Amino acid sequence: MPSGQLPLRAGAGFKPEHFAAISAARQPAGFFEVHAENYMGAGGAPHSQLKFIRENYPLSLHGVGLNIGSCEPLDRAHLARLKDLCGRYQPESCSEHLAWSSSGGIYFNDLLPLPYTEATLRCVVAHVDEAQNGLRRRLLIENPAAYLRFEESTIPETEFLEAVARATGCGLLLDINNVFVSARNHAASPQAYLDSFPLHLVGEIHLAGHFAAEADGGALCVDAHGSPVIEAVLALFDRVIARTGPLPALVEWDNDLPQWPVLLAEVNKVQERLCRAAASHKDAAAA
Amino acid sequence: MQDWQANFARALLDRELPPPPGVSAPNSTGAPERFGVYRNNRMVSLLGALEARFPAARKIVGTEFFKAAARQFIAAHPPRSPIMIFYGDAFPEFLESFKPAQGVPYLADAARLEAARARAYHAADAKPLCREALAAVPGEALADMCFTLHPSIEILSSPHPIVTIFAMNTGTMDLAPIVDWHGEHALILRPEYEVEIRRISAGQAAFLRSLAKKNPLGEAISAALAAEANFDPANSIALLFSRLAIAMVRNGAGGVPA
Repeated sequence: MPSGQLPLRAGAGFKPEHFAAISAARQPAGFFEVHAENYMGAGGAPHSQLKFIRENYPLSLHGVGLNIGSCEPLDRAHLARLKDLCGRYQPESCSEHLAWSSSGGIYFNDLLPLPYTEATLRCVVAHVDEAQNGLRRRLLIENPAAYLRFEESTIPETEFLEAVARATGCGLLLDINNVFVSARNHAASPQAYLDSFPLHLVGEIHLAGHFAAEADGGALCVDAHGSPVIEAVLALFDRVIARTGPLPALVEWDNDLPQWPVLLAEVNKVQERLCRAAASHKDAAAA
Repeated sequence: MQDWQANFARALLDRELPPPPGVSAPNSTGAPERFGVYRNNRMVSLLGALEARFPAARKIVGTEFFKAAARQFIAAHPPRSPIMIFYGDAFPEFLESFKPAQGVPYLADAARLEAARARAYHAADAKPLCREALAAVPGEALADMCFTLHPSIEILSSPHPIVTIFAMNTGTMDLAPIVDWHGEHALILRPEYEVEIRRISAGQAAFLRSLAKKNPLGEAISAALAAEANFDPANSIALLFSRLAIAMVRNGAGGVPA
């Protein structure tokens, strides 16, 4: 399966609101990522903008609607649309989520959780296989942000993801904000989660902002993508890239959008951390 | 479908139901609050999609009224596809029959205009014919020509001054009382990347509707004149060739244009 490579640099989620700024001059972003479903119209400005991004930067296509984590059959028509988009834009990376978003013909427009059992593992493996065979390319599968757990789960999430990757050959997308949010919501340690994460399978990292809600005495974190990445998440990121070396790292900002320079400053912060990790890796290799 | 997924989906859609069985959160005041995050994420994102697509309708009735209507629409017409850019195509019809909005009879047509605007925004790209194409058609053949209109084009005829109402509620015209209340015809068109909403005459609306049905130009002009005695064919033909039509073929010569 052909599989391009994102550069080992910091990138940004692309928003049409930033197109004028981004197209006015070369931006120091390593790559851009878009939500695939926003480009499933026939034509117009979205495709003209994506064409510009494609021609000038490495591109990551990030799907939110393939319903990988569902027990129901994959939506073949949706997979075909995703394949068309991959064919048209030849992204360096294509990713989806360990989550479901449709059931009984209704689309929920959210990334919903699944229990981690031998039965759901078989479903997810079959779906990732079918998607990768249909797309003729390797997918990265992202760890979710969770607010609840299923009591019937018998497999830890990190083992579940590793098993999916082992069975299908897919890579993983490690969302460190999701790790933080899920751990906080379940009174668990994000560091322990990362210690058990199969980091050698990670093809991309996601970083985003979240907010701590008043509910549950402040113990509830909501993955809102509407604010800067917090220091604690960046510290976890540092520890990951100290082990792996630099990886493609995306700053996601989907709600309450700031001006482009504000998002770019976030990207630059992440880039500096990648550079430090690269330097210390080189030192370690030389020593 | 597995029980866990069916239960979860059912509880997401029905706020009266308790959280699905078998879910929990440690250190939490309880699963209801945590499950509420998923319910809330869904509702906020769907309301946001409708608010983004229908800003004029929201302005007309106010945010609270709009959200109340949108919630009922979401319950009756949840998205059926992961392509959210087209969610809300059925919202104008819903508003038409939404009892609390009966006092705002132009609301549904305002929403129809906005729904068409989003469709036009995402419609396929196509290059119009050019004025030179008109010169190339022999005079005696002109009335026999059939056209393919630009894929973004929609025509909306309303008993209300809908283009004016839309302009006033999207900031392109100052809000003011409309003294001369009469119906308007709207042409929704996206020649390149910007959607244009133009007020057209009854004759132009009939002209374009006839052409859209692949009737030859001569027939379209007759339809326009029947709708509006003052219809000026020259103007509309010039507009057709310069901006509205993307292909033409002579009637009977090889069927309808591609």
